[in-house]
Amino acid sequence: MIRDSSSSAPSLGKDLLGLEPLSADQIRLVLDTAEPFKEVSERAIKKVPTLRGKTIVNLFYEASTRTRIAFEFAEKRLSADTVNIAAAGSSVEKGENLVDTARNLEAMRIDMVVIRHPASGAAAFLADRIPSNVINAGDGWHEHPTQGLLDLLTIRDKLGRIEGVRVCICGDILHSRVARSNIWGLLKLGAEVAVCGPRSLLPRGIEELGVHVFKHPEEAIEWADVLNVLRLQLERMQAGYIPSLDEYYRVYGITQKRLERAPRDVLILHPGPMNRGVEIDSMVADGPHSAILQQVTNGIAIRMAVLYLLSGGTPERANVAQAEDVPAGVRR
Amino acid sequence: MRPVLVKGGRVIDPSRQLDQAADVLIQDGRIAAVESNVTAPEGAETIDASGMVVAPGLVDVHVHLREPGKEAAETVATGARAAAAGGFTSVCAMPNTDPITDNQAAIGFIVKQASAANGARVFPYGAISIGQRGEQLAEFAKLIEAGAIAFSDDGHPVLSSHLMRTALEYAQAFGIPVADHCEEPSLAKGGAMHDGVVSTRLGLKGIPAAAEEIMVARDVILSELTGGHVHLCHISTKGSVDIIRRGKENGVNVTAEVTPHHLTLTHDKCEGYNTNAKMNPPLREEADVVALREALKDGTLDMIATDHAPHHYEAKERDFDDAPFGIVGLETALGLGVKELVNGGVLSLPELMRRMSTEPAKAFHLDAGTLEPGKPADLVIFDPGATWTVEPTEFHSKSRNTPYAGHVLAGRVERTIVGGRTVFQRDS
Ligand SMILES: [Zn+2]
Repeated sequence: MIRDSSSSAPSLGKDLLGLEPLSADQIRLVLDTAEPFKEVSERAIKKVPTLRGKTIVNLFYEASTRTRIAFEFAEKRLSADTVNIAAAGSSVEKGENLVDTARNLEAMRIDMVVIRHPASGAAAFLADRIPSNVINAGDGWHEHPTQGLLDLLTIRDKLGRIEGVRVCICGDILHSRVARSNIWGLLKLGAEVAVCGPRSLLPRGIEELGVHVFKHPEEAIEWADVLNVLRLQLERMQAGYIPSLDEYYRVYGITQKRLERAPRDVLILHPGPMNRGVEIDSMVADGPHSAILQQVTNGIAIRMAVLYLLSGGTPERANVAQAEDVPAGVRR
Repeated sequence: MRPVLVKGGRVIDPSRQLDQAADVLIQDGRIAAVESNVTAPEGAETIDASGMVVAPGLVDVHVHLREPGKEAAETVATGARAAAAGGFTSVCAMPNTDPITDNQAAIGFIVKQASAANGARVFPYGAISIGQRGEQLAEFAKLIEAGAIAFSDDGHPVLSSHLMRTALEYAQAFGIPVADHCEEPSLAKGGAMHDGVVSTRLGLKGIPAAAEEIMVARDVILSELTGGHVHLCHISTKGSVDIIRRGKENGVNVTAEVTPHHLTLTHDKCEGYNTNAKMNPPLREEADVVALREALKDGTLDMIATDHAPHHYEAKERDFDDAPFGIVGLETALGLGVKELVNGGVLSLPELMRRMSTEPAKAFHLDAGTLEPGKPADLVIFDPGATWTVEPTEFHSKSRNTPYAGHVLAGRVERTIVGGRTVFQRDS
C-alpha cells in the first residue's frame, strides 16, 4: 500500500472529501484529535480560541438540520466566524450555481467551506476550484466522511477498539453516503464489515469493496457486534424499490424481538433522523445498547477535530492549546 | 479540374482486397487508375505518398454536428473540417438537432450547409418519428428526396415496439437502414454511468448493461419479423454482442457499430468524476471491451462509428450528474484504431480500413469506401508509423470534450481528399 502522507507526521491535506482517499493513519489522527475536543463541550464555557479570525462558510444545497447544527456548534466552539448559506438548488440550476459559487467564494477569501450537495462529487468539484479547505458534509450518494468518522469514534468509545469488530450496516445502502463512508473507514481500521438490506437497495458490486452481504437481519444479528441502522428515505417506496414501509419493517426492521436472539450484546448506531417503526423500533433506539445520542455528542468533537486539523493544527497542540486557553476555575 | 497523382504509397482497398504498393490517379474528381508506376498526365499535381497508407476515405455513420440549434458546440462546417482532419470523407449527421430533421426543410438545410462546408461530405439522417417523440412516423419518402440517407431517433431510443416494427417495414421500400439507440428507458432512467463497482464507489446511479441488451434483443427480433434492415448504434456490452451474433447466424438483416471509446476505455475512466468520460451508452467493463474487440474482428460488429458528440466547455464543467453525455471522436478515431487495434494485435491495417470505411459505406449504401476506378476520389493518406499526442486545443472541432487528452496515439492523417480535392493537409 502506498501512503499519500509522509510516514512521520500524517496530516489531512487540504480537504476532507471522503474516507476512501484517507489512510488508516489519517483516520486515526482525526479520532485521536477528537478526544481532547470532547472535553470542550463538557465545560461551562464551551469555547476555545483555536480558529479565531478564520471564516467558514456552511454551504448547504440540501436541507440538513442535524449536520449543519453540528458543524455550526463545532465552528463556534472553536471561535471561527461563520456564515450559513442555504441554496435551494433546483436540479437544472445546481451545476451552474456551483461554478459561480466557487468563483464567489474564492473572491471573498473564505478560509473553509463546508458543503452539502445532492450531487455525488460536488465537494471534489468545489475543492478542485478554490484554494480554501473544503469539507464534504455529504455529497449525493457518495460520502459523508464526518458521519463515518463519528461512527468510528463511537464504536471505539463503546467497544475499546475497531480492529476485528464486526459491523453490519443495515438498510438502503444504494442511496447512502453514510454507508460508503462507514465501509471505507471501518475496512481501513481493520473491522469486518457487512451490509444487510433488500437486494433492490444494495448497489452492484458491493461485495467487491470487501464487505459481506446478508439477506436477512437475523443473519446479521447472529454475526455482528455493531449494527449501524440507516434511515430509510420514504421516497424509495414511490420509486418502486420496496413495496411498503410496513413490509420493510416486517422483514428488515431492527426490533427488540430480533435482537433478543443475538448471541452477544449488539451496539446500535443510527445516523438519524430515525423513522421509528420503519427501520428501527423505539425499544432498540432507546435501549441500553443504543449509542445514538453519543453519536450526536461525538459529532461535534469530530467536526472540531477536522476543522482544527485542516486549518493546520497538530494533535499535540490540540491538547496544549486547550489547556492553556481555558480560564482557571471553569475547568471541569 | 487538375488531375492528381498520389505516388508511391501503400494502397489499401478492402473493397477489392487490395494491399500493395501502387499509385492512384485521380481525374475529374474520380478514381482513374490504381496501378504501379502510373505516369503523371500533363499538368497533374503529384503527391508523394512514400511511407504512407493510401486508403478509401473513412466513413462515420454516427456523428452529431449540433447545427441547427447548438452552433456554439459545433456546426456542419466545423464538423466537416474536424472529420477531414480525422481522415473521414463521409459522415452521417444524426437528427437530434433543434429543429429536428423530421421534415424536408430541416434536411434541406443540412444539405445546403454541407455543400458549403470545406471538409468531409455530410449526409443527414432523417428522424424516425415526428419530433423524435416516438409516436408518429416521419415522411420517409419526402425526407429521402430531400437528402436523408437513413433514419434514426438517436439521442432517444425508439420506445414503442410497434413504431419500430412499422419503421422497419416501411423503410424497406426505400432500401435504407433504420438505426436505433438501444436503451430501455425505465432501466436507464437517471443513470450517469455504467452500473458496476465504480458507480457503487462514486455513488452515481448506474445504467445496467441490460438496458441496452433488452432493446438490442427486441430490435433483432423485430428485424427478423419484418425483414427490415436494423442498424444498432454504439454497441457497448458483451451481452449485446452475443445477441447480435446469434441474430446474424440466423440470417437476420442487422448491422451494428461500435465506438472507438467503447473499444478502448472502461468505466474506471469516470474516476474523479471526469465528465469527459460520461457518455451514453456508458463506458463498461474490461470483459465488455474484450468482447467488443472480438466481435469487431469476426464481423459481428460491422463497423466503427465515433458518436462524435461535441459539447461546449461550460456544459461539461459541472457535477457529473448534471453534465451532458458524449465526447468528440472524429479527430482521435483513426489514431485509436491504429494504436489500440492494429498495434494492439486485434485487426490488421486492411481490416481496420474495412471497419472504418468499406463496411459502413456498404451498409448505408454510400458511394464511398472504395478506390475502384470510376468511383468518387475520396481518400485518406496517413502515416501508420507516426505517433502523436492528443492536444484538444488543436482540434478542428469547436469542442474539446475528449477523455483522450494527453494520450499518445499512432497513425497520423497527412492528407484527406474529397472528390479529388484536398480538404485537409497537415502543416509540415
Ligand atoms: Zn445514441
